[in-house]
Amino acid sequence: MSTTEIIFWFLSALAIFSAIMVITRKNPVFSVLYLIVTFFAISGHYILMNAQFLAIVNIIVYAGAIMVLFLFVLMLMNLNKEGEPRKNRYLLWSGVIAGGMLMIVIIAALQTSKPEIVDSFSKGDIGLIQNLGMALFKEYVVPFEISSILFLSAMVGAVVIGKK
Amino acid sequence: MFHLLNAGIDWGLAIEKLLLIVVVVSIALGFAMYSTYGERKVAAILQDRLGPNRFGPLGLGQPIADAIKLFFKEEIIPNRANKVLFVMGPALAMMAALMTSAVIPWGDKIIIGGKEVSLQIADVNVGILYIFAVVALGVYGVMIGGWSSNNKFSLLAAIRGASQNISYELAMGLSIIALLFVTGSLSLKDIVVGQQETMWNVVYQPLGFFIFLICAFAETNRTPFDLPEAENELNFGYHQEYSSMKLGFYLFAEYINMFMSSVLMATLYFGGYDIPFFNEAASTLHPNWIALLGFLSLMAKTIAFVFFFMWVRWTIPRFRYDQLMHLGWKTLIPLALFNMLLTAAIMLYLQGR
Repeated sequence: MSTTEIIFWFLSALAIFSAIMVITRKNPVFSVLYLIVTFFAISGHYILMNAQFLAIVNIIVYAGAIMVLFLFVLMLMNLNKEGEPRKNRYLLWSGVIAGGMLMIVIIAALQTSKPEIVDSFSKGDIGLIQNLGMALFKEYVVPFEISSILFLSAMVGAVVIGKK
Repeated sequence: MFHLLNAGIDWGLAIEKLLLIVVVVSIALGFAMYSTYGERKVAAILQDRLGPNRFGPLGLGQPIADAIKLFFKEEIIPNRANKVLFVMGPALAMMAALMTSAVIPWGDKIIIGGKEVSLQIADVNVGILYIFAVVALGVYGVMIGGWSSNNKFSLLAAIRGASQNISYELAMGLSIIALLFVTGSLSLKDIVVGQQETMWNVVYQPLGFFIFLICAFAETNRTPFDLPEAENELNFGYHQEYSSMKLGFYLFAEYINMFMSSVLMATLYFGGYDIPFFNEAASTLHPNWIALLGFLSLMAKTIAFVFFFMWVRWTIPRFRYDQLMHLGWKTLIPLALFNMLLTAAIMLYLQGR
């Protein structure tokens, strides 16, 4: 095994383990913390694929901003066992069945499709910031600007709701 | 185990980097330790006192005595605290503080036994973004520590501290974007090399530097922005329930943050390891000597900034919370945006000419 392979298997195991921990923890604060570990593991995968910009932005945006807001809300909500609503048993089963069917569909779809190799492992350079910037601001400049307007309108909307 | 050893891992590189990490972290810790002494001496000079002078010549043993005191104090974990997170809080604060050191170029390359060794742990080409990610992670130490104490006042202080950090991160990011227009690279090494060839970035970005400086004060929770631990007006802060070395770690992380942000300011705006009025490329000195002189130059700049941090602390009173938010959102962010647009316009004009 080469260094890259060792790191790959370690990161994959970490990502799956922490993702399972996210949905099995009773305390939502722990779920959030495990989700952050998952993001780190995924960022590690991005670095292995030489997509450094994506890796760092993943951490800044998800671990650094969104999860902090999640923690803010969870910490102020004062969650405890007594306040938890009783769950409907039928709802539980229907959730299990729907999730299982989704998994079957995904497996069926992925089984027959051949993964397209965009770039070779840890050698590619499409994830580097220069190339990404060129692609975003030359080829895809219109969709990029439109999505930024979408963000702006979301921000204005948040301010309007906050002012009420 | 044996096949792991032969597994195509470059052990020479691994050992080299490991040694570098150990040295850098030790320097950061030692520097932070002696900045507590420096802080008290600076305070003493500004207030016309003597300061610590009992242990060792000039009181130089004082940090060691403080460390021993903190280690031997009783360790208290509150009964209803979340124990795992309560221990994790200070560790996260320390870790986030030390992680910045990975991308900072501490000097030019040195030559050991014919092998070139770069004095930078990792020269990633997204160095500045990495620093942003680490700064953003610094919030977790504060929030987890405050929440896990199971104390209303700790929680309120943690939220106060976290929202302060988040607010000032924005203006800091905008001020750095303007810097990136000038340097054209996100790698800290490239930024330093660029400054060696032309002038220091502070000449091109005076307003950007000023905004960055203010935000650095807010990010490290130093006066005039030390609201997370305003013990005489609000309460002691998110580390209210902590005792012994756990409290020590939180306080120590602040000093490491101060050191790291000083190094960062020196690197981004004041030439990093560049020696002023000295052409490194044309000199006939041995590269090791140049690296050493460059490192000393970086340290001199850093010490000047750390002194400035302390000077401000003992001169200026702290802001009220609404004033802090007002300054961050309504003054610094528009100012940083203006600086960004101005820089972009000038750069475009210069390119088009």
